Amino acid sequence: MDNSSEMILRVAGLQSLIDLLRAQAWVVVGPTVRDGAIVHAPIESVDQLPRGIGDLQDGGSYRLRQRGDEALFGYSVGPQGWKSLLFPSRELLWSGQRDGADVAVEPAVVDPPRLALLGVRSCDLHAIAIHDRVLTERAVPDAAYAARRDNIFVVAVTCSDPGGTCFCVSMGTGPVPDRGFDLALTELLDPAGHRFLVVPGTARGAQVLDELRALAADEAAMPADEPDRLAARDVGAQAALRMGRALDVDGIRDLLYANTEHPQWEDVASRCLACTNCTLVCPTCFCTSVDDVGDLTGSTTERWRVWDSCFNTDFSYLHGGSVRSSVSSRYRQWATHKLASWVDQFGTSGCVGCGRCITWCPAAIDITAEVAAIRSRED
Amino acid sequence: MRTIEQYLPDHPFFAGLGADAMSLVGGCAANVSFAADEFLFREGEPADRFFVIRRGRVAIEVHAPAAGTVVLDTADAGDIVGWSWLVPPYRWLFDARAVEATGAVTFDGRCLRDKCEEDPRMGYELTRRVIQVMSDRLVASRVRLLDLYGAAGAGHAAPR
Amino acid sequence: MVPRPFRLVGRRQDTTDTFTVLLEPTEGDPLGFVPGQFTMLSAFGVGEVPVSVSGAAHVAGPLQHTVRDVGAVTHALSRASVGDVLGVRGPYGTGWDVAHGHGKDVVFVAGGIGLAPLRPAVLEVLSHRDRYRRVVVLYGTRSPDDLLFADSLADWQGQGVELLVTVDYGPPSWAGRVGLVTTLIPRAGFDPKYTLAFVCGPEVMMRRSAMALVERGVTPDSIRVSLERNMRCGVGLCGHCQFRELFICVDGPVLSYARVAGLLGYREV
Repeated sequence: MDNSSEMILRVAGLQSLIDLLRAQAWVVVGPTVRDGAIVHAPIESVDQLPRGIGDLQDGGSYRLRQRGDEALFGYSVGPQGWKSLLFPSRELLWSGQRDGADVAVEPAVVDPPRLALLGVRSCDLHAIAIHDRVLTERAVPDAAYAARRDNIFVVAVTCSDPGGTCFCVSMGTGPVPDRGFDLALTELLDPAGHRFLVVPGTARGAQVLDELRALAADEAAMPADEPDRLAARDVGAQAALRMGRALDVDGIRDLLYANTEHPQWEDVASRCLACTNCTLVCPTCFCTSVDDVGDLTGSTTERWRVWDSCFNTDFSYLHGGSVRSSVSSRYRQWATHKLASWVDQFGTSGCVGCGRCITWCPAAIDITAEVAAIRSRED
Repeated sequence: MRTIEQYLPDHPFFAGLGADAMSLVGGCAANVSFAADEFLFREGEPADRFFVIRRGRVAIEVHAPAAGTVVLDTADAGDIVGWSWLVPPYRWLFDARAVEATGAVTFDGRCLRDKCEEDPRMGYELTRRVIQVMSDRLVASRVRLLDLYGAAGAGHAAPR
Repeated sequence: MVPRPFRLVGRRQDTTDTFTVLLEPTEGDPLGFVPGQFTMLSAFGVGEVPVSVSGAAHVAGPLQHTVRDVGAVTHALSRASVGDVLGVRGPYGTGWDVAHGHGKDVVFVAGGIGLAPLRPAVLEVLSHRDRYRRVVVLYGTRSPDDLLFADSLADWQGQGVELLVTVDYGPPSWAGRVGLVTTLIPRAGFDPKYTLAFVCGPEVMMRRSAMALVERGVTPDSIRVSLERNMRCGVGLCGHCQFRELFICVDGPVLSYARVAGLLGYREV
């Protein structure tokens, strides 16, 4: 995209964007404050965005804070990625109706909503790209995911104030959106005023900007100039310097494979509760199970796909026992899958450095620290 | 039928044993045969022999009241039966029964022990071979203790 | 991900806890598969289990599955009777690459119900008997009462298969061998330098058998094993069956021993 398609939006212009997307039958889902956290919800107005709200994140700790400014995207990632919208935690696969000895099986009808995702961080864009690879580029793809995925409009935002557990720079996944969006915003709060540089990432995004140009008031949406671009670039550059965590990924696949047996796995197991929080908040974890549900008469049957976790004992159940019964083996499975075997399976790391697994671990287990410990005590 | 001296060097248990050693152990050997269900030895008897099986099949078994008789192991042509002759108190701990008509070479245990004492090099070589047999059987017994094919280790592709 | 309805057209009780079901689709074409593949078999309203196909791949006829009644779903399957409808998804996974044994000796080592997934491969080999040299089947199971496919075993011997059978425990009336299946490997007549071996059974049995084959002189890349992990989807999406980088349902279940020998040495992977 050439520079001429870039725009500057004032807050009123952002409202115009939301209005335009809604007029085009998109349900706009954006960040809101609920229960002391940033959570995604349908929105109609910029007034529902977390104005002036930031966050403080560390191992096992998450608090919202007042920033003392007007920033609408001044937080880092909340507990939810966008996973639950594209890959619901519970989904009907098919239902069966018994008629005498026969059973008629009907696949579930997928009727995906048209969702415009507002405020998607670069780490989460990469997570969505990873899910695309894992769930759709397979011999038998997840058709329901693909249908949902085909019905989203993505408005990304440059991360301006990364959290204490962020390490997207280590993973090469942020903080500036580089792909996978229709539009990307960078929020600017400087003497030139509260405004957003908007960059289109797709022809569809560029068309929305064209329509916005025609629609919005002159002072709310205007062409971007060079100082705006420099200021926006500086937001990303500054954010990259303020990562709360770092992970040395050099040779990490071979490192973890070579240390399948390492005392650190027992060490982490002494702290890990196997609560599955890390896998639930992880935007790339994709493991699922199925539940068969029947009515009491046995005439109808439904099969539901539900999120599962490799931290559950039953996950590896095999007639009478589990392959991974120890917590150490389950943590090892999760970390090794995320950082090492994922590369063999899908060609990329399974970690985007969003830091959620660290923040939301009740025992403050930190995957960056665990890997560093293994690296420092390698045989 | 070949003589013992002709047969023994071809038996896997003795393969590679030198000619001198071979003639030493040959001096303690005799041909024996057993009809089906005839016992080679019984639990508790003095273990003064061991057997190199030439043909047929021998069951190593134990009898318990109520549980009946259980066959723990079988030995076929090429196998040896019995190592209690080498280990105090030199008594058989199981029954050995011919499952079918069985031919074997039997060795006088005392005679062999004396020769091993006199010729420690040959004694070591013979002991090493017996240990190999004991080890193979111990490993197999340990794995069978797992009852791999029982309900707890249900085998292939039938998990839930 | 939606099961096809298959009607139970025959059922055989193989042992006290193992049975074989014969299935035909209620409509549409029969299921094509290669020996060693599995399907996901549903008892509607109860659940779904992976079960290897135990019938011949090269002749038309009902889909055969040999199942051991060890859990809720397999118990429900065991109670299905002729006329009932079960769900079938698949076939899934890799098969026994018997064609790589052309011109060689082929050795099948089966432990317990592991004979069931091997049976289609043996039948495939016997359907082109002249393409192979010696064909050896080594089969160990728990007791004489647990022997599967007794009729097949007799047939195979009639077709020039060297069959050696051993059981873990035998009554005095049992005139066959008692001992671990691995003890058959040094006795069987095959040339380890020109052998392709297929091993199926509990993992400990497969590890021991593969080691015994290597000891005999078969190279690890000429040995196939069929690994078992918790398989829920059959297509690599659910994540349950991962064995480090492998999805056993897609990359396996049949894998070269050379590929997995190292991984099998670690616990709880």
